[in-house]
Amino acid sequence: MIMRFIYQLGSPPYFYALSGRLLPWLSGLCFILFAAGLYGGLVLAPADYQQGDSFRIIYIHVPAAWMSLFVYMIMAFSGAMALIWRIKIAEIILINSAHIGAVFTFLALVTGSIWGKPMWGTWWVWDARLTSELLLLFLYLGIIALYSAIDDKRKAARAVAILALVGVVNIPIIHYSVEWWSTLHQGPTVTKFDKPSIDTRMLIPLLLMAFAYKFLYAIVVLLRARNDLLWRERRSQWVATLFSKEGA
Amino acid sequence: MEAFLKFIDMGGYAGYVWSSYGLALLVFGLSIILPLKEKRQLEKRIRRIIQNEKSVSK
Repeated sequence: MIMRFIYQLGSPPYFYALSGRLLPWLSGLCFILFAAGLYGGLVLAPADYQQGDSFRIIYIHVPAAWMSLFVYMIMAFSGAMALIWRIKIAEIILINSAHIGAVFTFLALVTGSIWGKPMWGTWWVWDARLTSELLLLFLYLGIIALYSAIDDKRKAARAVAILALVGVVNIPIIHYSVEWWSTLHQGPTVTKFDKPSIDTRMLIPLLLMAFAYKFLYAIVVLLRARNDLLWRERRSQWVATLFSKEGA
Repeated sequence: MEAFLKFIDMGGYAGYVWSSYGLALLVFGLSIILPLKEKRQLEKRIRRIIQNEKSVSK
C-alpha cells in the first residue's frame, strides 16, 4: 500500500496532478498560521524582561534557522533516494529545495545580525554558530551553482546529491555549536529535553510561525518542482494532453 | 492611536524589529512570485513547441 503510493508519487503526471490539488489547501493553512503566529508574536506576547520588544525578532529568526537545517536534511534524504533508487521526483525535490533553503539561511543570518546589534553590541562575530551557518549558506549556493553548471540534468542531479550528502557533516556542527564552543549566541531555549525555558505566550506564536514556515517551504518547493517537471517532460504525452485539455 | 504608535515604536527597537519583518516579507514574497511568473512563461513556450510539432506532422 505505502510502496504503491511511493511508486505512484514517482510518476510525473500523478505528482503534477496531486500537487496541483494540494496547493490551494497548503496556501490557505499557511496564511492562517502566519496570521495567528504574527498576531500572537507581535501583539499578545509580552515584552522580554531583559531584551524588551527586540526579542520579537525571534519569530522571524528562529524558525528561519530551524528551516535552514530542516530543508538541508530533506535535501540530503532526497539525495540519498536519488542516488540509490534513481527516483526522478527525489532529484526534483532535491534541487528545487535549494533556493528556498538558501533564502531561509540568508534570512536567519541577516535577522540574527540585526538582532545582535542591539543585544550583543555587534553585527557579527566569527564564532562557531555564526560561521557554520554561513558555511551552510555557501553549501546551498554551491549546490545551486553546481546544478546549473552541468548541462545533463540527470548527471547534475547525481553530482548535487553527492555534494548534499557530504555537506551533512555541517548540520550537527551548527546544532551543537552553542554547546561545544563558548559564544555570544544564546543556548537553546525550546529544543531542550526538559521544560522549555520560555513563557507559553511567547512559545505558542513561535511554534505557529515554525509551522507556517514549513507550509511555506512546501508551497515553494511544489511550485518550483511543478515548473521543473513541466519543462523536463515538455515532449511527453501527458503534458500534451494537459495543454489540449486547457484548450490551448 | 497612542496604542498604535506605541506598537509601531516596539519599545525603541522599531528599526531592528520592522526591518527583520520587512526583509522576511520581501524574500518570502519573491520566493512565491518568481516561480508563478516562471510558470506563465513556461506555459507559453510549451504551447509554442506543441504547435510547432503539430504543424510539422501535418
